[in-house]
Amino acid sequence: MRRTITATVNNTTGVMNRITGLFARRHFNIESITVGMTENPEVSRMTFVVNVSDQRGLDQVIKQLNKQVDVLKVRDITDEAIVSRELAMIKVMTVSGQRGEISDLIAPFRATVIDVGRESVTIQVTGDTPKVEALIDLLRPYGIKEMARTGVTAFQRATKKSSDQTRYSIIN
Amino acid sequence: MNTRVREVKGRELKDENQEMSGSSMLIQALARENVDTIFGYPGGAILPTYDEIYRTGIRHILSRHEQGAIHAAEGYARVSGKPGVCVVTSGPGATNVVTGIADAMIDSLPLVVVTGQVATSVIGTDAFQEADILGITMPITKHNFQARTVEDLPRIIREAFHIATTGRPGPVVIDLPKDVSIASGMFHYDDEPNLPGYQPTYTPNKLQIRKLAEAVTKAKRPVILSGAGILHAGASPELLEFVEQQQIPVASTLLGLGGFPGSHELALGMAGMHGTYAANMALHEADLLINIGARFDDRVTGNLEHFAPQATVAHIDVDPAEIGKIIETQIPVVGDAKEALRLLNEVNPKPGESVRWRMKVDEWQQEFPLWYKEGSEYIKPQKLTELVYEKTNGEAIITTDVGQHQMWAAQYYKFDHPNAWVTSGGLGTMGFGFPAAIGAQFAEPDRQVVAILGDAGFQMTMQELSILQELNLPVKVLLVNNASLGMVRQWQQLFYEERYSNSLFPIQPDFVKMAEAYDIKGYKITDENEVAGVLEEAFNYNGPVLIDCRVHEEENVYPMIAPGQGHHQMEGVKP
Ligand SMILES: Cc1ncc(C[n+]2csc(CCOP(=O)(O)OP(=O)(O)O)c2C)c(N)n1
Ligand SMILES: [Mg+2]
Repeated sequence: MRRTITATVNNTTGVMNRITGLFARRHFNIESITVGMTENPEVSRMTFVVNVSDQRGLDQVIKQLNKQVDVLKVRDITDEAIVSRELAMIKVMTVSGQRGEISDLIAPFRATVIDVGRESVTIQVTGDTPKVEALIDLLRPYGIKEMARTGVTAFQRATKKSSDQTRYSIIN
Repeated sequence: MNTRVREVKGRELKDENQEMSGSSMLIQALARENVDTIFGYPGGAILPTYDEIYRTGIRHILSRHEQGAIHAAEGYARVSGKPGVCVVTSGPGATNVVTGIADAMIDSLPLVVVTGQVATSVIGTDAFQEADILGITMPITKHNFQARTVEDLPRIIREAFHIATTGRPGPVVIDLPKDVSIASGMFHYDDEPNLPGYQPTYTPNKLQIRKLAEAVTKAKRPVILSGAGILHAGASPELLEFVEQQQIPVASTLLGLGGFPGSHELALGMAGMHGTYAANMALHEADLLINIGARFDDRVTGNLEHFAPQATVAHIDVDPAEIGKIIETQIPVVGDAKEALRLLNEVNPKPGESVRWRMKVDEWQQEFPLWYKEGSEYIKPQKLTELVYEKTNGEAIITTDVGQHQMWAAQYYKFDHPNAWVTSGGLGTMGFGFPAAIGAQFAEPDRQVVAILGDAGFQMTMQELSILQELNLPVKVLLVNNASLGMVRQWQQLFYEERYSNSLFPIQPDFVKMAEAYDIKGYKITDENEVAGVLEEAFNYNGPVLIDCRVHEEENVYPMIAPGQGHHQMEGVKP
């Protein structure tokens, strides 16, 4: 199962190293990691999209993260009311006649063309993962020359207050 | 400025809120942490600290290799329950302690390791004796720090001791750049570290305790698996009370030995690969398995598919990540073992109806005890261990290395008290046993410390004989000499059709002469009839002794669960 987990961490040198090292040595399967500063300069926020086979695997990811001294708080927000966004840049092969077609195609996605070359255009799209992937699928027939994705960053919504309980089964 | 200086056990305890160098801060902080012994080895990057050691007179034990220092610190920690402190220089000094750090990590031993580092201005330039010890030790420490400024240093040291010794203990590294140890700053030493990301849970959830109590009452075939968590928590009295109240048999892990009295009628001995038949069968047949402070290591569980197939699993552990990691757990109890058992004893559940189970377990113990064939012309290593037990009245502190001799010691020395058993479990580190004995002797200067070692493992760290010589440390070194890497040889015999690849020693040093070169009393025994006398002489002698005991070279450790097998598939059980 694919889960979205966020962690707030001390913004110390090497903290990214600690987390990625942990994932690598425990063979956790990570789809994406994003990290950035928060409103508090001493705290960074990380968002992971992980693939785990079962609840126990998920518990392990969360518990091992929690065990890190520099990790302040971990939550699995997959089943909560969240907004999640990633940004993708997609360079698509185009012949000059196709440009208008592509503009029409990306318009509903509120994607924009951010660079135009003689044989390609680069499109920028922001949204949750299904939206980004839908656009990529539509663009694929034109020939994707290059693509870069930031990975997901996510937030709980302000409106639906979610419970403060961590998702993993066990007590304390 | 108030510069009052007072002496505390040979150390100068300076007042706080005054300017001092980073290295002075380090020694002042160690004094405040009640550190009485440092194990270490100097070098360029750590020289300012060694100058401070010289000036304050804090006790420092100079090993002859950094590996010796760190294993000594481990042995000290295991026996005293206090953090072991190890100080080494940068680069090779630091990389030489990596094995010991990994060993302490997997066996949950509290260590604070200070590694010198090149000056901050040249970190990252491949400077002389620079190694990225922070990066290297990240996966094998509970936490690690690099002091970037002298102002940070007191806080880092306080946090290091706090992290090493609380929750599930473990090693913490402090990387100390040379310029930081020279720079001067204001020294404050706060008692309460501010670590919002590190809040170990000690008090278990009451609901879980009640669930466990109910399970105990319902159980018809309960068993306890007692791990080193009992020792770290100091929970032996509570465990004994619980067991006697409930009449539940206790199997122990290798590292948990001594947490419950080994000669108690409810003690089944060690479980696992070379465990007793009774311990393993009890785990296999149990309907309730209460794991207290063990981590379901694969040497304990054997093939997981066959592990405790009928049992409801309860697991008490201070580290929540251990619960459910290996075995699905129905009753998780996160918390300190002592506190959990205290609460459980308070609830005092009605014991389950397990009379028949007790009879069955008794029968396993009576019918299939540990055994070996006596009466050959060679010294039987099992017999040797039994004699050590006898001649020390079971009251010695025993350290071992890794291999067959280790398993025999675990099987035949019945530990009745906690913290008298020092062995490398999780990492299985050869070279551990001898320096660990040195550390143990510093922790308990008045007790008999016996290092039961293999002839191969001893040769990995035997340079530390110098410490025995220099300090006339009364450690007794007992070589269980089978002229081979016995455990490797056993596996090659059993699983590689006797192709003894690189496991037999065609030649060995004269260990007695070697002992004598260090001014240490040396004995060589080849006849079983001599063993008791020599042991007695050695144990009555107040000084270091080395005994080279030539044992039967083809002896194997039994019983055994072969790799991939379950607890019910033991081989070599007494016929
Ligand atoms: C550092 C290290 N290297 C290799 C091993 C693998 N190993 C496990 S037991 C053993 C043989 C140990 O021989 P010895 O010390 O003589 O003990 P014995 O088994 O003969 O009692 C070896 C090589 C290990 N545990 N540790
Ligand atoms: Mg040997």
